[in-house]
Amino acid sequence: MPLDDRYQLAFKLYPYARSTDQDAAAPVRHPVVVLGGGPIGVATALDLGLQGIPVVLLDDHEGVGQGSRAICFAKRTLEIAHRYGCAQPMLDKGVVWNLGKVFHDDRQVYEFNLLPETGHRYPAFINLQQPYFERFLVERVREVQAAGAPIDLRGKNRVDAVDVRDDHVILDITTPDGPYRISADWLIGCDGASSPLRKMMGLDFEGRVFEDNFLIADITMKADFPTERWFWFEPHFKSGDSALLHKQPDGVWRIDFQLGWDIDRKEELKEENIRCRLDAMLGPDVEYELVWTSIYTFQCRRMKKFRHGRVIFAGDAAHQVSPFGARGANSGIQDVDNLGWKLGLVLNEKAPESLLDSYDVERRYGADENILNSSRSTDFITPKSKISHVFRNAVLDLAEHHAFARPLVNSGRLSVPCVYDDLPLNTPDGLPDGPARTRPGAPCPDAPLGQGFLLDQLGGDFVLLGVGVDVSERLEAEGLALRGVKVPAEGDTRVRYLGDAAAAVYLIRPDQHVAARWPAYYNAMVRAALRRAIGKD
Amino acid sequence: MALNTAPNIPDPDGFYAELLATHEGLSDDDSIALNARLILILANHIGDRAVLTEALAAASKGDKS
Repeated sequence: MPLDDRYQLAFKLYPYARSTDQDAAAPVRHPVVVLGGGPIGVATALDLGLQGIPVVLLDDHEGVGQGSRAICFAKRTLEIAHRYGCAQPMLDKGVVWNLGKVFHDDRQVYEFNLLPETGHRYPAFINLQQPYFERFLVERVREVQAAGAPIDLRGKNRVDAVDVRDDHVILDITTPDGPYRISADWLIGCDGASSPLRKMMGLDFEGRVFEDNFLIADITMKADFPTERWFWFEPHFKSGDSALLHKQPDGVWRIDFQLGWDIDRKEELKEENIRCRLDAMLGPDVEYELVWTSIYTFQCRRMKKFRHGRVIFAGDAAHQVSPFGARGANSGIQDVDNLGWKLGLVLNEKAPESLLDSYDVERRYGADENILNSSRSTDFITPKSKISHVFRNAVLDLAEHHAFARPLVNSGRLSVPCVYDDLPLNTPDGLPDGPARTRPGAPCPDAPLGQGFLLDQLGGDFVLLGVGVDVSERLEAEGLALRGVKVPAEGDTRVRYLGDAAAAVYLIRPDQHVAARWPAYYNAMVRAALRRAIGKD
Repeated sequence: MALNTAPNIPDPDGFYAELLATHEGLSDDDSIALNARLILILANHIGDRAVLTEALAAASKGDKS
């Protein structure tokens, strides 16, 4: 099979360059090889590279494909990108929005304000075209490479075969200079929803296919719509069974039309037909230009297991959701956040290999939550039976005049990180009357701290956080150095971490999730909780 | 609180007549839509998730006891 591009690039970010591995007499062995140079693959390389772990990333193209694709990036994603050092350009480029309006036919049913809680560095969401998101990640890779991070991005390196052994994986790679072979202690599959790796390994990917087609039209226009998310059920302009209008950077608007199942794809993608739909929606006087169009269908499904020995899957390769709720790219970044530190500890022989099974357990739990939410949104937006259609419209009819019906309106439940409730790395809550949002398993909420924010102090390694109580700056345990952080019990930190308690000590994982918490410092309990959090129990 | 399946509506005949009168003159589709709105309004008033689950199960069983 020739090594031709399957799609056009928006940005050429990792042009092919011959590697010395291609001239080696025997396959060179690497600790970690990442398959796929999309957002999840590049973030994985960045996470590991920042830990000083050598990582090779392989992609069959030389950069980012065209098309806006994922456009909503959630607070948690920005917080993770902040830890990687590349959130600021995303925020600078992104569009912040808070107001959403929901219409049925020609009536506004209600509007909602995301009303982001104050005291966080990042907004609830930004809209940003995926190619920019990927470019900022790769630009950060270039910066940290210059500072010595051992990351090797290899474009036009297509993996054609894998041989999965007990303690390594052998990869056959095709390049413009011909084939070569390398091996990896660990292979991370981030090669997207149609994952060639998953197919090469003959692994399952089961779930629900939704019989519907959605037309995406990205346009630029002169009309002055506000920076809001507008969603129509059964719009009066008849351009689709539902429609979505959402603002992106560069003056681009994302418009989605739900077309139904029985359509002629080629016909629908003709410019004159797309313009018909857009004209009906925007009115005859609005001038616009088409930037990108696409038709998509989607599935809600996941692999049965994300870890298969020395091969670990992340992002769309492992799980796929509907686009409603922005749970695709955002959940993939959470996979990376979860996997990075665990793989780091295992490779540095600080934790047993079985710690990686907790990645499998925790992220399957996250994927199930995302699939559940996204399936429910889809069932509301595209009712599958007459009676579900009747109830959907009853909700919309009532929502216009009755507040009680508004929480039932579901045009997408926007991505929030899951709480790893009752999963094996947590220690039972030692502060059961403390705030529920910071219980063991929860991602740490941000809060202002001095001139910066609390999350600036957390993450990357294990932290012992003393809220209104002293903790030592450094505690050696289990071969790790626990970093002590003491913060005053005041303001948002008090509300989010103490509630009515006078003080608390939190053990926080490198991915900023709470592993354990207590009303005071207990040396033996901290040590036991740390053991548990690195999979030694 | 468990689902109350003992007689609980004062003036049962009056209520039944009012229910039918509300549907009078409606097409089947409009009646179905009205019923759906009514279910949602009543469900919200009840508000107790466990009771709603019991009610759904009781309705599913239909005339079987």
